[in-house]
Amino acid sequence: MAHGPVADLVISPCAPEQDRGLFCINGANELKDDRMTRQMTGAKMVVQALKDQGVDTVFGYPGGAVLPIYDEIFQQNDIHHVLVRHEQAAVHAAEGYARSTGRPGVALVTSGPGATNAVTGLTDALMDSIPIVVLTGQVPTFMIGADAFQEADTVGITRPCTKHNWLVKETDKLSSTLHEAFHVATSGRPGPVLIDIPKDVQFATGTYTEKKQLKSRYQPKVKGDLDAITDLVKAMEKAKRPIFYTGGGVINSGAASSQLLREIVDATGFPITSTLMGLGAYPASGKSWIGMLGMHGLYEANMAMHDCDLMICIGARFDDRITGRVDAFSPKSKKAHIDIDASSINKVIRVDIPILGDVGHVLEDMLKIWKSRGRVTDREATAKWWKQIDEWKAVKCLTYRNSDKVIKPQYALERLEALTKGKDRYICTEVGQHQMWAAQYLSFDDPNRWMTSGGLGTMGYGFPASIGVQMAYPDALVINVAGEASWLMNMQEMGTAIQYRLPVKQFILNNERLGMVRQWQQLLHGERYSHSWSEALPDFVKLAEAFGGKGIRCADPKDLDDAIMEMLAYDGPVIFDCLVEKHENCFPMIPSGKPHNEMLLGDASTEGAIQAGGAVMV
Amino acid sequence: MSALKIKKGASSHSAYDLRSTFGDEIERHTLAVMVENEPGVLARVIGLFSGRGYNIESLTVAEVDHEGHRSRITIVTSGTPQVITQIKAQLGRIVSVNEVHDLTVEGPSVERELGLLKVAGKGEARVEALRLADIFRASVVDSTLESFVFEITGTPEKIDAFADLMRPLGLIEIARTGVAALARGAN
Repeated sequence: MAHGPVADLVISPCAPEQDRGLFCINGANELKDDRMTRQMTGAKMVVQALKDQGVDTVFGYPGGAVLPIYDEIFQQNDIHHVLVRHEQAAVHAAEGYARSTGRPGVALVTSGPGATNAVTGLTDALMDSIPIVVLTGQVPTFMIGADAFQEADTVGITRPCTKHNWLVKETDKLSSTLHEAFHVATSGRPGPVLIDIPKDVQFATGTYTEKKQLKSRYQPKVKGDLDAITDLVKAMEKAKRPIFYTGGGVINSGAASSQLLREIVDATGFPITSTLMGLGAYPASGKSWIGMLGMHGLYEANMAMHDCDLMICIGARFDDRITGRVDAFSPKSKKAHIDIDASSINKVIRVDIPILGDVGHVLEDMLKIWKSRGRVTDREATAKWWKQIDEWKAVKCLTYRNSDKVIKPQYALERLEALTKGKDRYICTEVGQHQMWAAQYLSFDDPNRWMTSGGLGTMGYGFPASIGVQMAYPDALVINVAGEASWLMNMQEMGTAIQYRLPVKQFILNNERLGMVRQWQQLLHGERYSHSWSEALPDFVKLAEAFGGKGIRCADPKDLDDAIMEMLAYDGPVIFDCLVEKHENCFPMIPSGKPHNEMLLGDASTEGAIQAGGAVMV
Repeated sequence: MSALKIKKGASSHSAYDLRSTFGDEIERHTLAVMVENEPGVLARVIGLFSGRGYNIESLTVAEVDHEGHRSRITIVTSGTPQVITQIKAQLGRIVSVNEVHDLTVEGPSVERELGLLKVAGKGEARVEALRLADIFRASVVDSTLESFVFEITGTPEKIDAFADLMRPLGLIEIARTGVAALARGAN
């Protein structure tokens, strides 16, 4: 896939047989004139604007209301269209593309059901601040409101699940709206945007507005207040038990922000923990890394959060999976919060030093100020703090009881980690126990290598996301760590993987249960396993073969390494059916309503509970 | 029963912490929100309030700059200080919102509302209604032998008071615009 620079003006964007109109007559020199206007159909504008925005891949599914756009896509070769099997998957694939590249993902779907199917993906992208642009077809303007075939109030339905959306009723406004959409999706706190384009607007001819002509009023503030940053630096100089608590905002802010973070963490020597969304911003192999925090975070990370005296929150948002019980959250600490979204600050936790701005800009200033003031930290106190953290680490909270008869899910991931480490690897996940285990047992040394549905927790996210990632990096190793239940939610995408020869590896930890639901039912609902298992799972090996892919099943820990190697060696999509322990629980765990220092460790064994009456039911 | 020994009815029975974290007192604030006058902008603002569970006590909207296509939305809302701060921040991040002003904290402001009240009656009640209208500086904008429509302008409390007085005198219908507000002074 070519990611080369895209010229501001493409000299011959249309096929020779089409009207070449103005710009062929005017010649290349005059094309550079801002006053020059190009006439083209709305459908052509869509393709032109995507090219001008540097888009190389679109995930989509055609239908009546987008046929003119599909006709334009047919007549060009610059933009690669990937035909998914369900519109939800188009949006998740666009998310996977965006999360792994840092560039906006694009999805194209039709009106009505096409648009409503996109809603889950849009909400997912909104919760995780992922820049995507979704284009939907709409019934012709004169039919809007008439309950026409495949009509839905798309902008109405998607208003609360997009950062912004537009219904374009005039072809003349289409191209400027498209450019504005990319600007809004990628500026400030990133997020999904949607443009609803009625079919008559696609057919009609209008004036194309060049990208460089766009002057958007939407210009979020990126520089942080220097006084506030100085306050934070002063607090850092005095801190005895400091901690960096970082999130997806660091990754969203760009690769330079992760670099700055590494620099400041390594220079200060302060411990750093991260949310699920922020894994990879600071390398897991880095010396200051103390692991993920939160409900299934590491003991040392959560204890350090609880006992710290200075919490520096960077691009994270105090989600309820992170804080646990809010009124007992890190009671002794002074809290600083760096975020580009004012509504994230003081939303859940009151902070002492709020800094509104882009993580990259703020970190740059913070580093500068800290250095100029003499690079001061309380080395003695932080050394003591590290000693305490090392004691917590010694608990070895990720220890689990392995078995030589049945594959423990943790073991499967440890082996996957060992056998793929050092490779050009991207990991996606679905949602549930496997997701938390993947976060705990796989390690990430770089940003944009970990694609998971954090905020919305969308089962069915991982498989299409892995397709999006593989499209962006055709030669990389893309693995989707899945549970069998999540995976089935978008299993139709095997067709896409086969059609586009995308060698995505579907690593399914199959416990024949909705594992996380089962765990909660066991721990909190009296072991009444209400509808948390499936009795009619497919034969995943045959399923893979039915689509034309490869299926591998492994049930014995002794065979696991060979099976994983077989998966890695196969040049094509693989469904790896890893039959794991059915009743394994995910620990450590902060039960809801409990503070960070009341974690359950793996020793709160589930085995006794399983022997009780509930076991008969499962 | 379980490893957690959770008491029946405890909030930890949920995947969420069910305890409210906001113990502060409820405040009433008047917000002026300057928006691009484009389709759906009011729905974005109202959707924010309903979607996030905020209160709207009063809402008025009209285009105030026809050439610039800018509208002013005046919202009276109530909540704890933390919620009010959230509301302002959430409004501020709507792409089509240009400015958010909290008139309650940004200095003195004037608030006015217009009410139309239809009062039907005969004899002494009718005379009394007219007399009270005079005291409240309400004007008669429609009149028949058996009814008046009064127009009254003032703070919401003044209109409340006038409506309370009109009720026993034959108030049969009332229409109110909601609050419009501006900061006092030259700025």
